[in-house]
Order: sequence, then structure tokens, then C-alpha cells
Amino acid sequence: MSFFDFMWTRRSEILLLTLEHVEIVGISILAACVIGLPLGILMTRRPAVSRPVLAVANVLQTIPSLALFGFLIPLPLIGGIGTRTAVVALVLYSLLPIIRNTFTGISAVDPAIREAGRAMGMTDGQLLWNVEIPLALGVIFAGIRVATVIAVGVATIAAAVGAGGLGTFIFRGVSMVDSRTILAGAIPAAALALIADFGLGALQKRFTRLLSLVCVIGFAMLVPSCSSQDRIVVGSKNFTEQVILGELVAQQIERRTSVPVERKLNLGGTLICHEAMTAGQIDTYVEYTGTGLTAILKEPPSNDSMRVLETVRGLYKTRLGIEWTEPLGFNNTFAIIVRKADAEAFKLKTISDAASQTAKWTAGFGYEFMERQDGYAGLAKIYNLRFPGQPRVMDLGLTYKAVAERQVDVIAGNSTDGLIDALGLTVLEDDKRYFPPYDAVPLVRDAIVLKHPEVRQALRELGGMISADQMRRMNYAVDGEHKDVKEVVKQFLESVK
Amino acid sequence: MSNIVEFRRASFAINGRALLDDVSFNVATGETIVLLGRSGSGKTTTLKLINRLLEPTSGDVLVDGRKTTDWDPIRLRRRIGYVIQEIGLFPHFTVARNVGLVPTLESWSEDRVKQRVNDMLALVGLEPSRFGSRYPRELSGGQRQRVGVARALASDPAILLLDEPFGALDPITRSEMQKEFRALQKRLGKTMIFVTHDMREAFILGDRIGLMKDGRLLALVSADEFGKVDHPEAKAFAESCA
Repeated sequence: MSFFDFMWTRRSEILLLTLEHVEIVGISILAACVIGLPLGILMTRRPAVSRPVLAVANVLQTIPSLALFGFLIPLPLIGGIGTRTAVVALVLYSLLPIIRNTFTGISAVDPAIREAGRAMGMTDGQLLWNVEIPLALGVIFAGIRVATVIAVGVATIAAAVGAGGLGTFIFRGVSMVDSRTILAGAIPAAALALIADFGLGALQKRFTRLLSLVCVIGFAMLVPSCSSQDRIVVGSKNFTEQVILGELVAQQIERRTSVPVERKLNLGGTLICHEAMTAGQIDTYVEYTGTGLTAILKEPPSNDSMRVLETVRGLYKTRLGIEWTEPLGFNNTFAIIVRKADAEAFKLKTISDAASQTAKWTAGFGYEFMERQDGYAGLAKIYNLRFPGQPRVMDLGLTYKAVAERQVDVIAGNSTDGLIDALGLTVLEDDKRYFPPYDAVPLVRDAIVLKHPEVRQALRELGGMISADQMRRMNYAVDGEHKDVKEVVKQFLESVK
Repeated sequence: MSNIVEFRRASFAINGRALLDDVSFNVATGETIVLLGRSGSGKTTTLKLINRLLEPTSGDVLVDGRKTTDWDPIRLRRRIGYVIQEIGLFPHFTVARNVGLVPTLESWSEDRVKQRVNDMLALVGLEPSRFGSRYPRELSGGQRQRVGVARALASDPAILLLDEPFGALDPITRSEMQKEFRALQKRLGKTMIFVTHDMREAFILGDRIGLMKDGRLLALVSADEFGKVDHPEAKAFAESCA
């Protein structure tokens, strides 16, 4: 399938996500103008205000975008999962160029012209609206244009908090190791940035009235998107298996109950999903017992899968008001993965075997693996793994590509990953049983169980339904064969019915 | 004849440095005073005290018998026309909008503003249909200066303040403008206070000439008597003319 065909078959999704992207960016820039323009003007009138305001705007600009999203999720009103959080973050990013250019633009107006206006008996307001703002308009608009181009870029990351937009393709593409999918998000985003810059340049000529009109429309759009209704929100982390399981849970609820389902798939990782659950932003997602035990509850790892499940079930219930339903039937443990060719050449079967080779290897690990209690540090200690340098830290999805292309030699992936076979890789056995069990289990908030007991029933029905083999096959159908997630899940549910 | 502007021992200092030092004089209605002096002698400060762009740090400045500090500054300034060098025009306004500015601020009807703009442009020798829709950058220096005068006259102010209005013009254009302005002055009969560092200009335009140096008013005399002023600064200006 050529790239053009690939894009063409996804045209409706591309269009939809582009519109979402435009909406997020549009609302954000309008809101940033509504806040930033008056602030910039105020600063020209009260110079004492300008330093602290610019300092705060500067600091906001330097916070990495994913970190900012992380901060915002647990906050009430402005935080959470979805468009609102994305808009808040984008507004904060857009403020600096807008405030700064408004301030500098107005300050740079020739003092002689300002004095002429005053001498003719213009009030401060008349001077501002008739002289200073029109003369500063070019500079102010340049600020809005810069803010817009930045926002189009940052908005792609908003997909990590479930805001949708073109970043959905990019995250999906990264986790599937499929550059065509990445481009399906990246090319429209780049085009959007260029069009926005060009369009604003054209708009500049007929500015003042138009802006106020657009402001009103922007707010009118913002209001309905904030309203909520009775529905089940299904979340997932941002890798293929999680997206499949999220879709599976969603379809299961849809076919067994009459409760409307909203999907917030592809959220940016375990902690974001967890925060979203506790904040009530999502109602259910699939978690792994080992992850719940160590990453969330900070309990010491254990190798006994029944005991782990009992522990997380008990502690989640009492501490968090979240229920672990029934295990789906497969254990997605961390897997230490090398190239099949290397494994054969050096006769490597277990991680212990690999210890003799690591001195010549470069490791590539995802962010989570570097941070977790049951991650890199403990692994290296138990197996006495010594690498010549620090492991390369990269997005989980990219590690597969990196090892296949020989940029790194060993990675930590997931045992159910469909790409392992597809890319000619192999899993080394965890012979010292370092990794705790990671049985996949759908979680659901107690509040939902009370309100919709039929949802819990539907989730329990999934217990024991998926073997590791079946999971790997579904992963490969999406990652390797580029099949549609919805279709893969639908076929699976029909086959096991 | 009543005094429309009065300075009573007015001083203006900024950061302890006196820009204007104990100046007293009267301007009669309909009279043209030319303030003559070098750069930094306090001429422009004197003008700005009249329309309250500055306020005296001691003493008083009176307009129509009222202290400027008792006037609402906006009302005061709209009664006083102000002409500065060509840069004072708003670059983003057309000529017509520049000239019609104060009448528009005073909420005149659209038709009346338009009529007034046409009259004023005609008065300063610019054909309204040709120049009204142009922007300042499309005009020559002399044309811009005419627009500046038209703008200052548009609301029919009782007083006109002119701060070296012809300073940036070439000598020939300046000379033409001075002659035309002299004629205009006679026709309008307005009170004018005109600032220049050009002795010749002072003699052409002034009923009385005020000589300023270092923030002080050394003399305020008619053009005929200027030669008799016994001060080195007066001699220095007289020589600059010879």
C-alpha cells in the first residue's frame, strides 16, 4: 500500500482529528488573547507589574509540555483528562509571546506621536485604541502568530491526556513503530501550522472588530464541551496492547449494557491513567497486577501472582475506592529482548546468559522502566549486568525499532508484544524470576459499581478469556498487519462468544 | 486687551534640575509671541506648561485667567492647537482623519467634520480631493507641515502653540511656508505662541519676541526694539542673522 493510499483510506479520521486539533488550538489562542492582550496593555500603564508578569510567563514557557500536563491532571476544574486540560496547558504556553509582544509593541510607539495625541486632548483610552494599539498591531500580531505555531506543535502532545487531535496518530504511530501513521499526524500538523501562520497574516489587515467577534464564537464553543453526562469513560495507556484492551473493555460494555461509552484511549502512561481514575476522569482501564503493586502502591515486588492480586485488590479497595475485577488470563511481564541473530550467535537463552555479553552492549529502555522499582536498577543488580555506558532512554515504542536497527543491543519490552516476532527479535528467559507477575485485570471505580452494577458484571465476564498467545496475535494484527483496532477486537469477541 | 495666557513666576524642574526658572510674562488675545533661543533654553517647556503636558513645580500658568492645574486637561488641550514637526502626524491615519481628529473626538457630526476638514485643507493650500485620502508618508515635508497646521486649526482653538514647525524643512520651502503662515495669521487673528531658534523666522512672524536662555526669559520686546536689548545672547542672535 503506497503512502498516498494509506492516507486516503484514513482520510475521514485525519479530517476529524485535524478538526479536533484546530478546535483545541483555536480555543486556546483565543483564550490566551483574552488574557494576554489586556495584561500586556496593563503592563504599559503600570510598569511595576511588567516584571513579575513576564517572569511568570517565562517560567510557564520553560515547563516541558508533558510535565505540565502531568501537573494539571489532578487539579480540580482546570485539570483532568481531555480537551479542557489541553486548552489550559496551551493557553499557558501561548501567553508569553502574546503578552511580551503586546507590551513591547505598545512601548515602542514613537513618544513624539504619543505626545502629539495627548497634546490634542486625547484621553488615555483614546490614545490607546486609536493610536498605540493600531501602531503596535504588527508586533502584537507577530506574537499571536508565534503563539499559534507553537500551540499547533504542543497540541500534538495533548493526545497523551486524551484531548484527541493529530497527536493521536503520532502516539499511535510511535507505539506501533509505524512511520506512516506518525506521518499521518505529523504532515497535517505541519500544514496546519503553515496555514495558521499565513491565515493570521492575512487576517491582520482587518483585525479589530473581527477579533472580538471570534472571541464570542470561541467561548460559545467552549461551553458545551465542558458539560458532562452519564456515561462510562474507558481509558488506556499509550501502547498497542493497552489500546486493544481499552477497546475490548469498551465493546464489552457496549454489547452487554445500555450505558453509553466514551473512549479516552492512548493516555500518556500508567501514572496519567491512575491519576485520571482517582480524579474520576476515567471510570475503567486495564492495569497489570505488578504495576499496581510497585508503581502505584509502592509495595515491594513479589513473585507469587495470586498473592500479588490479593494485595492490590485489598489495598486499592481500601485506599483508592477502585475495584480489580477478574484477570483476563495472560501475564504481560517485562521481557528482556535481543536480536534473534545475537541470541543464536552467542547461544543466549536466559538473562543470566546475557550477563557475559552486556559489557559490549548498549541498552535502550523506556522512561517507565528506568524509574520503576521493578525496573532497570534491580534487574542490573540481580543479574549483575554491566553496560559500558548509561542506557539510552527513549519512548517505549521506539526501543523496538532501535534494537532492530542495531542502534541498541538490548531492550526491555513486553512479553506479549506482537513486534517481537515481526522484527526478528527474541525474548530472554527471566531465569531468576526477577520480574513480578503482570496479570492484566480491568479496574473499575467503586462509584460506577454502585451506579451501574451491570458494568462490573460485563467486566467480570472477560475473566480468563485471553491467553498470552491470543494477546500477542491481536497485538501483531494491529502492529504488524496494520489492521484497525476496532475490527480486531470485534473479531476476537465474536470468536470467543 | 485681556491676557489669554499668563506666566506668574513659573518654574519647572525635573530631578532637581531647572528647565524653566522663574518666568513671568503675559500674552494678549490675538497676539503672536515668538520664543527665540538655543536648544535647551526652555522654549518647548514653556509651551508644554501652557497645555498642561507639564505642570509648573512652582508659580502658576494661567489660561483664560484660570490656572492650568484647575482646568480639566482634556478640555484645556482641545481649546489649544498644537503644531510640532512633521513627525507629530499619525502615520496610520489618512490626511483627512488626521485633520479631523479633534472634531471627531468632540463628537461633531460626520458631515460637519468632513466640511471642516475640507475647509482646513483648502486654507493651508492642499486640495482636499487630492490629499484627503493620502497617508502622511505619501506627502513631502512641506505638505506634511501644512497638514499639521490644518489639524491644529480644525477645532477652531483660541490659542495655537507651534514648536519649531518648519524646523525640518529645506530653506526654500521654509521661506514659502513662513510667508503663507504670515498671511494666514493675519486672516485668522488667533493668539499664537511660536517657538524657533531661527532669528529671521522670529522677525517675520512675531509681534513680540521673547529671548530665552538657560530656562530664563531674558527679554520680551517688539521686533523693532530687539536690537536695543543689551545682552550677549541677543547680540549673538543678531550676528547669526547678519
